Amino acid sequence: MKPLEDLAVLEFSQYMSGPLAGLKLADLGARVIKVEPPVTGEGGRHIDIKGMYVDDNSLLFHTINRNKESYVANLKVEEDFQKVEHLISQADVMTHNFRPGVMEGLGLSYEQVKKINPRIIYAGISGYGTEGPWSNKPGQDLLIQSLSGLTYLSGDQGDLPTPFGLSVIDILCGNYLVQGILASLVQKGKTNKGAHVEISLLEVAMDLQFEVITTYLNDGEKLPNRAKEGNAHAYLGAPYGIYQTATGYLALAMTDLEILGQIIGLDSLGDYSAAEQFDCRDEIMDKLRVELKNKSTDEWLDLLEPADIWCADVKDYKEFLNHKAYRVLEMDQTLKLKSGKGLTTTRSPIRIDEERFFSSMAAPQLGEHTKVIEKEFDLDLLYE
Amino acid sequence: MDKPLEDILVVDFSQFLSGPSASLKLADLGARVIKIERPKTGDICRELYISNVRMNGDSSVFHAINRNKESFTANLKNRKERDEVWQLVEKADIVIHNFRPGVMKRLGFDYKSVQKVKPDIVYGEISGYGDEGPWKDKPGQDLLVQALSGMSWLSGDAGEGPVPMGLSIVDILTGAHLAQGLLACLVRRGIKQDQRGGLVQVSMLESAVDFQFETITTFYQDGGERVSRSETNNAHAYLGAPYGIYQTKDGSLALAMASIPELADLLHCDSLRTFTNPRKWYEQRDEIKTILGTRLTDKTTEEWLKILEPADIWCADVLSWNELIESKGFKALDMIQKVEMGDGFSSQTTRSPLTINGESLLSSVGAPKLGEHTKSIREEFIDGN
Repeated sequence: MKPLEDLAVLEFSQYMSGPLAGLKLADLGARVIKVEPPVTGEGGRHIDIKGMYVDDNSLLFHTINRNKESYVANLKVEEDFQKVEHLISQADVMTHNFRPGVMEGLGLSYEQVKKINPRIIYAGISGYGTEGPWSNKPGQDLLIQSLSGLTYLSGDQGDLPTPFGLSVIDILCGNYLVQGILASLVQKGKTNKGAHVEISLLEVAMDLQFEVITTYLNDGEKLPNRAKEGNAHAYLGAPYGIYQTATGYLALAMTDLEILGQIIGLDSLGDYSAAEQFDCRDEIMDKLRVELKNKSTDEWLDLLEPADIWCADVKDYKEFLNHKAYRVLEMDQTLKLKSGKGLTTTRSPIRIDEERFFSSMAAPQLGEHTKVIEKEFDLDLLYE
Repeated sequence: MDKPLEDILVVDFSQFLSGPSASLKLADLGARVIKIERPKTGDICRELYISNVRMNGDSSVFHAINRNKESFTANLKNRKERDEVWQLVEKADIVIHNFRPGVMKRLGFDYKSVQKVKPDIVYGEISGYGDEGPWKDKPGQDLLVQALSGMSWLSGDAGEGPVPMGLSIVDILTGAHLAQGLLACLVRRGIKQDQRGGLVQVSMLESAVDFQFETITTFYQDGGERVSRSETNNAHAYLGAPYGIYQTKDGSLALAMASIPELADLLHCDSLRTFTNPRKWYEQRDEIKTILGTRLTDKTTEEWLKILEPADIWCADVLSWNELIESKGFKALDMIQKVEMGDGFSSQTTRSPLTINGESLLSSVGAPKLGEHTKSIREEFIDGN
């Protein structure tokens, strides 16, 4: 049994951060109902990924919104609003990620919702907090990466600011929101009281950088300095990075330089002190770069792995997703689309009581469950 | 404030980042976290120096990850000390570890053994690559998992080699997933009056896959085409133009999703006008980005923002930490907190990103010295003291 079975979550969220929280809750067993505006639905239905659409919705929407239901309501129309109020009175959790003021304008601020359902966990995501000079800026992943200093951590010294090539802030934000929601549910189990959980993308971006920002704050505010080439972490010493070999690439993590030097035939590596691993990083990495080009990745792995040097091959999706080490995880699952076709995606990464959680339920068509939900939650009785 | 997890006790055997980042999140939500550390050396992270920074004897990384926790030292191979740890475990709500598969069993603290003495325990474990398959004994280290999972081909531009994400992103996400699973089991135990605990297992590799769920799903759907980063200004290998960071006359400018014809108008850039079909902005991204890149160097970032922001184009300046920390937008968040150790050493760090019932989850408790709380914990929990 999934741990959150019997919990009902209303998702007023759109795009990525909020819907990702909904997906995590759904995969842990909660019933997640998207409350969407008529005609267009939530904005994420139209966010283009590689120009790919499935059953009239963007592929991205399908990936993030599987295992959920869709209920359509025009919150500016009295009848629809009352139905939603009635739905809220029966829900355990609701999420939203509108800009500050929007939920208030709709009559669904926490203060207003609390009157309908004092036991609800109300969780809101903003871009930059609900007050302050940036609160009305668009809360979008790349913009937050750019404002938070994160783009000076990846890539090499001479490179332009280099973003993380995924919606890392949105994803982490959704995951952290879930922590706040679940912790509040734990507390509700004892106190029977609801809670207001808030988070912002910018705070998440700072939290993501907590180790390096702590270093920066307590070490004279020195800005990050990426390695000249093969950088993998601006604050870690050699050999931490990626190197070209005769056939491809090799990743090397923290390791004892002397032992590494002995294995690959670079005895001079043993001359560097622990402090010099960072201070002379580029010099050491230069030496490694020259030497590592002389053998194939496999040859290096055969030499380094038995000595428990932390190293790995660099794989692309084709190599990785077809590898036995991936297949054994049973990480793929196939969703049943309305068209009858299947859509392969990945499952939840969390196993509970040795069970992997699968769900073949595809993302909902807009309003697909409106009627069923009206009946089930007695919303249809309101206007009889 | 009453933090939501007050009265939850976590006994944490984990080290480095993945496990300890999970227990930091639980601590900030109000749980009491006791680190079980080996005598003399403790958590190896204490000596994982970055840019050679040492604070009051330990690495800055250790301080950041282990604030708001207590430290109890025990040699788990010594019977008397092991028995003491058992007495702690009997009173715990949550146990966490991130040893390689098999190690906890040898030490005697595997899930089945703990469950026998504490049936409602919620037990969390992190592995590198799961507990079966050809990679199960590989070192579970962040950069290696990034390299193996295809992730390093997503950042940087097309002409470059693999570009890893420059933080321990896999560790952090794995910790977040573990905390989620642990909390879900506590919800089950609490709300449902179900006195069952639970076993929560996550692996760094699965969390790395989950992190890439959008791009892996797209890879499956497009027939397995090789990931292709844009020639220049790449910020996401699967998103169309203008998504990226561009050079301006005096700095950089980030542009997220936006309509190309609208940009043509706002930027007075006629050559962009021909790109009218949004579903082609992916395949035409190199062409569009080249034109944009040239035009954007004509004015300063500030000048462009003044034109683009009023039109609600998703754009932003690209800041360093110095610039960020000086900004009013950042100051309004009050995100930096001061923490103090038992010996009075104080330092600055970030706080939890969550706010509950209008209050930030602050804590002024710094990271523990190795074994700092062994004596007080013995007095509080262990018979015969």
